[in-house]
Amino acid sequence: MSSIAIPGIKARTGATDRSDSLRPLALAAPLLLLLAFSFGAPIVLLLSRAVYEPTIANTLPQTIAALRADSGAGVPGEPVFRAFAADLKAAQAGGTIYEFAKTLNTRLPGARSQVLRLARLAGQDPAATKEAIIKAAPLLGEDQGWAAIRSGTNRFTSFFLLSAFDLRWTDQGTIGAVPSAQAVFTRVFGRTFLIATLVTLATLALAFPLAYVMTNVRPVIAGIVLVLVLLPFWTSILVRTAAWTVILQKYGLLNDLLLWLGVTSDRIELMYSRTGLIIAMTHIQLPFTLLPIYSVMRAVQPSQLRAAQSLGGRPFTVFRRVYLPQVMPGVLAGCLLTFILCLGYYITPVLIGGASDQLISNFIANYVNVELNWEMAAALSFVLLASTLGLYVTMTRYLGLDLFKMG
Amino acid sequence: MLSPYPTTAERIRVAALWIWCVLVLIYLVVPIFVPVPLSFNSGSFFTFPLAGVSTRWYEVVLGTARWRAAIGNSLLIGLGATVLATLLGTLTAIGLSDPKFPARRFVVPLLISPLIVPVVVTAVGTYLFYARIGLANTYFGIILAHTVLASPFVVVTVGASLSGFDRNLMRATSILGAKPLTGFLRVMLPMILPGVLSGAAFAFVTSFDEVVVAQFLANAQQRTLPLEMFTGLREQLSPAITAAATLMMGLSILLLIVANLLARRSRQAGAPAE
Amino acid sequence: MKLIYRTTLLALLPALASAGIMSQIRSAAAAELTVMATGGEWQAALRKAWFEPFAKKMGITFNEQEYTGELGKIKAMVETGNVPIDLVTVETSTVLQGCDAGVLIRLDYSKVADRSRFLPGTALDCGVGIDVYGDVLAYDTTVLKEAPTSVLDIFDTKKFPGKRAMRKAPAQNLEWALMADGVPIADVYKVLATPEGVDRAFKKLDTIKKDIVWWEAGAQPPQLLASKEVVMTTAWNGRIQNAIDKDKRPFAIVWDNQIVEYDMIAIPKGAKNLDLAYKYLAYAAEPEVSAQLGRHIPYGPVMADATPFVPKDVLSKLPTAPDHMKAYLVGDVEFWGDQGEDLVKRFNAWLAQ
Repeated sequence: MSSIAIPGIKARTGATDRSDSLRPLALAAPLLLLLAFSFGAPIVLLLSRAVYEPTIANTLPQTIAALRADSGAGVPGEPVFRAFAADLKAAQAGGTIYEFAKTLNTRLPGARSQVLRLARLAGQDPAATKEAIIKAAPLLGEDQGWAAIRSGTNRFTSFFLLSAFDLRWTDQGTIGAVPSAQAVFTRVFGRTFLIATLVTLATLALAFPLAYVMTNVRPVIAGIVLVLVLLPFWTSILVRTAAWTVILQKYGLLNDLLLWLGVTSDRIELMYSRTGLIIAMTHIQLPFTLLPIYSVMRAVQPSQLRAAQSLGGRPFTVFRRVYLPQVMPGVLAGCLLTFILCLGYYITPVLIGGASDQLISNFIANYVNVELNWEMAAALSFVLLASTLGLYVTMTRYLGLDLFKMG
Repeated sequence: MLSPYPTTAERIRVAALWIWCVLVLIYLVVPIFVPVPLSFNSGSFFTFPLAGVSTRWYEVVLGTARWRAAIGNSLLIGLGATVLATLLGTLTAIGLSDPKFPARRFVVPLLISPLIVPVVVTAVGTYLFYARIGLANTYFGIILAHTVLASPFVVVTVGASLSGFDRNLMRATSILGAKPLTGFLRVMLPMILPGVLSGAAFAFVTSFDEVVVAQFLANAQQRTLPLEMFTGLREQLSPAITAAATLMMGLSILLLIVANLLARRSRQAGAPAE
Repeated sequence: MKLIYRTTLLALLPALASAGIMSQIRSAAAAELTVMATGGEWQAALRKAWFEPFAKKMGITFNEQEYTGELGKIKAMVETGNVPIDLVTVETSTVLQGCDAGVLIRLDYSKVADRSRFLPGTALDCGVGIDVYGDVLAYDTTVLKEAPTSVLDIFDTKKFPGKRAMRKAPAQNLEWALMADGVPIADVYKVLATPEGVDRAFKKLDTIKKDIVWWEAGAQPPQLLASKEVVMTTAWNGRIQNAIDKDKRPFAIVWDNQIVEYDMIAIPKGAKNLDLAYKYLAYAAEPEVSAQLGRHIPYGPVMADATPFVPKDVLSKLPTAPDHMKAYLVGDVEFWGDQGEDLVKRFNAWLAQ
């Protein structure tokens, strides 16, 4: 190739290059803008609560000032206590005392009732002494009480994110594990990822051969199978879960069948067990793994396989070297969808899983709806989002499994 | 599936494959049909044997304005979200499949994050945001929120089907003088159609079966079918939900048959006379 | 390709067909009141007993919405200032929580009724009682040959082997655990307030943990009995009574050591029709009106002076019937408001282990 530059041509290629990278971006722009507006903004705003919690700082302006003047750690001196009582009195009058008590209770279990008692006392006796205050609220006589208040006065907090990993700031200012009786989340995250992996593998084992057969039978039969695959979509997940209850329960259809066939001699417990949960989740997820695989398999040219075979390739070699690489994007797409959807399950685990089969979304939903602790829900969601995206990026980077780069 | 001169080993392999597929189909279908007999149960429990046969749950579903309105709402919202998500998601996937797409490694994870964020968190975040800009308790708001949840399905499935697409074909069409749109409609779309339609099916079911976001965003007028099903769950799991499910399945099967017949007829009518 | 195309297109057809079916536009009446309740038969009973008569009496429109009974949605409404509801039904523990979180307003009882007319514990700062229900034990008489005589029999796996179901929450279960461990009813909350008492309760629950199936929705206990998945279950009395009366199920209720609880109604902060909401609360507190609910669902009135207006046949099914009050505990709202969050956390960790 000669390296003579022809100005006109170079300029034209340059222009094409730019439009080449602008055009794909323009195609994606409408969805990106829609997502930024109707998903990105709301979620960023909500997830920011994981690190931003201003209630304590807003309630305790005088205490913060007094703490600044009070040097040293641990239980502070008389002026801080007096400022604290004054802040509580103001909060009582302003009607924000309950919210403050609840927020502090999250960081300092048992603080709620003591703070409320103290607020009533501060209302009656404005000149309450340190001694009287500690008597009403014993937690304020302890180092851990003031450690919680001091950390709470900072509007930006790492408390919730640390809690999501079962960690906390110790009284000594280091990061340590929470007591094992309260440690839940690392175990639940592990369980969630484990169940999602098992279900994904199970759907793949079921869906791949079926999709393969569907591409190799007469169109009429393939059509009927496709209808059967799509039928579940018309049935609410609640109905499908209820149906699995009917099948799996002790006096249910499956146990009846197994007994009748003589496979088992006694009724087996499938409800409220992990096995039952995985059976039901695999069923619900099967179409999500199957359809992407099927749609990619349909595009494979049979002539290529025949060519490979006629060139002497053994069936397995042809399958591995020619067929599999072509359908891999479909497999990845299907597995990715199923894996991610499994992370978000929470109705099915409630109705079919046992107490130790609850997934992370059950806990997040509980924090949102029941405990009204949106900060903790935001922190757990952030950890889930970050770890899933991290997993995705790692997979694409080190295993070369990019959905959009194959073929 | 069999080569012209199959060996015994090959026959066994193929037979095993067939048996496996039949078992998978049974596993797939049986739970879907279990609710059908239950929907004719005269009692209000989900147990066999039935207490007696009656159509009382069908009367509940078909006879009350609430259920009818809920089915209408669900289909309307589902259709809106499917059209929007399929259109935008397909365009995005086509853009992404271009090797020149900038910073794809970061864009793809962003696009699939609506699937990862727990839906209850999405629901609260969306409600807080939409309520402030007047989108809460509107059909458009719910469609928009469902489009967000549904779009990753389209992007991923269309992306997968584009992976086998040879971009040189598009170059060929433009060299032959076709406009980009014509090239897309005539060459690219037919090849990726299975992916687009799979994505559309996922998008539709995402909206049609979504209850949490709807719980926050919908008011009594926009009550959807899943919401209606969850209503009263605290008190009673009503077999009416199995009747509704059976009706929807029956309707979809019926439509499939009718459309099949119509398609066959139009094919016959359009076929050149010999 | 054509197949998948056709199939999916057809899957969408009904959507097209129904795009025309839009819900009718509601004509705005002069005055409206909107209530959000937890749906089902219970809400239907409220409608017949109170909502419809009140709407008729006042000449207003009474709108209803449903929700799952969880505060998350109300908190979201209040935070954005977009509060389309005026009244909301909640559980007792939720009232306290909503009170603390500033989501429910503190009620002005001078606009409702004299607080002394309510049963103890049913006139809270942020919520008024609607009805009295019992946390009871239920079983299938065709399954258990020997009838349990007390709710505490749920802890007796020797005499009553098999799976048993309990609500997935610490409330009630910890109380029963202590009672089963020999704590007198009067001292249950005193003991439970100490760390040793909590340990003791969890230790008692440990003894049957592997036999417990946990339920969350009120629909589950009768379903669990009907499917013979469990031999006995704790339950809300109304659901079991309905299964007995309407579905002719061979179930029975054990009342001894029942825990008496209340459903509540509250006003969310920012409600637009505050005056009308108060008028409704005052209306429902009238003795005769208060007694009406029992005709539609077997829950008792919260007004102490309403009992004479309850029909005799209804009264015998209520948790407050004299026969059912031989041994009972009233759920301590204040205790759960104080300790609830910590105990729920501990309970969840205990479950996960």
